[in-house]
Amino acid sequence: MTIDAARGAASDSVNLPDPDGRFGRFGGRFAPEALMAALDALTREFEAAKADPAFTRELEELLAGYAGRPSLLTEARRFAEHAGGARILLKREDLNHTGSHKINNVLGQALLTRRMGKRRLIAETGAGQHGVATATAAALLGLDCTVYMGEIDTERQALNVARMRMLGAEVVPVKTGSRTLKDACNEAFRDWVATVEDTHYCIGSVMGPHPFPMMVRDFQRIIGVEARRQVLELTGRLPDAVVACVGGGSNAIGVFHAFIPDEGVRLYGFEAGGDGVETGRHAATLVGGSLGVIHGMRTFLLQDEDGQTLETHSVSAGLDYPGVGPEHSWLHDTGRAVYRAITDAEAMEAFALLCRTEGIIPAIESAHALAGALKVGRELGEDAVIVVCLSGRGDKDMHTAAQWFGLITGEEGTR
Amino acid sequence: MSSSVAFAKAQAEDRAALVGYLPAGFPSYRGAIEAAKAMVEAGCDAVEIGLPYTDPMMDGPTIQDAVHRALTGGIRVADVLRTVEAVAATGVPVLVMTYWNPVDRYGVEAFARDLKSAGGVGLITPDLTPEEADPWLAASDAHDLDRVFLVALSSTDERIAKIVDVCRGFVYAASLMGVTGTRSAVDTGAPGLVERTRRILARRGPDAPTLPVGLGLGVSNGAQAAEVAGFADGVIVGSAFVRRLLDAPDEKAGIQAVREFAAELAEGVRRGA
Repeated sequence: MTIDAARGAASDSVNLPDPDGRFGRFGGRFAPEALMAALDALTREFEAAKADPAFTRELEELLAGYAGRPSLLTEARRFAEHAGGARILLKREDLNHTGSHKINNVLGQALLTRRMGKRRLIAETGAGQHGVATATAAALLGLDCTVYMGEIDTERQALNVARMRMLGAEVVPVKTGSRTLKDACNEAFRDWVATVEDTHYCIGSVMGPHPFPMMVRDFQRIIGVEARRQVLELTGRLPDAVVACVGGGSNAIGVFHAFIPDEGVRLYGFEAGGDGVETGRHAATLVGGSLGVIHGMRTFLLQDEDGQTLETHSVSAGLDYPGVGPEHSWLHDTGRAVYRAITDAEAMEAFALLCRTEGIIPAIESAHALAGALKVGRELGEDAVIVVCLSGRGDKDMHTAAQWFGLITGEEGTR
Repeated sequence: MSSSVAFAKAQAEDRAALVGYLPAGFPSYRGAIEAAKAMVEAGCDAVEIGLPYTDPMMDGPTIQDAVHRALTGGIRVADVLRTVEAVAATGVPVLVMTYWNPVDRYGVEAFARDLKSAGGVGLITPDLTPEEADPWLAASDAHDLDRVFLVALSSTDERIAKIVDVCRGFVYAASLMGVTGTRSAVDTGAPGLVERTRRILARRGPDAPTLPVGLGLGVSNGAQAAEVAGFADGVIVGSAFVRRLLDAPDEKAGIQAVREFAAELAEGVRRGA
């Protein structure tokens, strides 16, 4: 791509999607007719809310007074010693109420739900972070809440299941298909088709049919808006790179979006490489996938030659998803962002390293971004400034970590 | 041939058409073909062959279960096309009901070509709306295939107009807000949706091609078939057929149960007229 074309693509990105929800050839709306009226109504309501100062004010007040924004930008000096001398700045979404970036989006959608006069929220969840955030917002606004979660994920994230139930949500373990995040999405869509009149499907990532990829991005872009201001205050310049993990891709889009027009800022998304992309046991959609349609959107996905969705693998439940948000497919296609895979082992090594050098326990999802930052730091060399989106905290992952590292007496480590 | 042939034949007999659905590859590759043929012999006017897909977002537990077993059994898209060919040999119109990704992956033009050469008459596309359908509109024109889109209780009149504009063969009216599966009663909104769709079709003027309205989702017995036949041009039944195959002790008994159920429904659409 020529520099002019790249520049064009970069500035276009800020104005995307088009009115049909397309990011170039990605996105759109591959949804059952039964949902089309609701998707149109949601698009109209979201546009109206964005233009309504009362809505914006209420959301800002909740983000500041309830979620705890702005989140900190913490310099990780001891961790950075392992990153080739680069400066590593952690955008601390783990410090938000409920422990991840998910709350940013959920508060926006919950307010929108109330504005539309609906009384029930449903959500899909992988690691449980989005489910917990949705259950939290439902409790706060007095809405009913049902969360769909793959049965395998309810086992590896049992603590989050208990949290959601404490918050008053109904958690439904999904026993179909691969019993992970994609099947939870299917089940949430099935619920929504039957209940759309009084229910809002609060999608947790920048995925699904239009307007979800756009709306969730707009609610998450505050991460990058804050980080950009904070890094300028701290270092007096823009960073050399911004790094995030990518499952569906909402924290990544959130931290990337404000930097897209800054051509000197490299954007890196790190996908779940599982046992290694070459083994086929992974969830690295952009690195190892192909173009298709899943969950209402045209995007890259992991599929076989018949278009059947492949089973994915990742130590991280939140990244264990065979699709990716359409805007990431667009950024990948245009080259504005670079996507790579991080294996389970690399992520767990970075997980341990952050614990021991900084006293911060990251979510295993976020550990993929940390492992990526170590690589990018070594590539960019001394004095590079790297912003890493620390999308969530790792309390929920203690069981997985204890097994991985063999920490609990009497329990064999899995490695 | 078009699926409209089946509706015309039924209309000539002053009754509604009966359309039966079964997924390919379930209970086995051969068993699905035999079951579909049994449906036709017992009175189905047209057949929908489901293309098994890993993520059937619009299907309830019954069809999910069946397509999961079909996929576990190793069914491939090529087998689905062979199934169409075998069932089309009965002489009734055979459509494929499919989520969009398998067709997109195969190549829309290639799929249309191979469906046509297998003797299929068109596609029913539950997760494709006219807005995203340009490649399929072109391919179905090139190969003279039916394209059956869905209208829903929640569809606005504007949307119904847009949908019927691109439909060919028939219009699929989804009788309830929800996924596939049997229901104890036909949704009270169903007659209204059929009526509304017909009113919008009538606006197209006398020169527009005839487009019958078939009603599906939730029909589970002969009495409901008779009720639906009283206000729609066609009755579409899926999950209740699949249920008979799932509940049978073996394949042979399942196919016999499908045959008997098709006969019950065929009697129902005649009674409802």
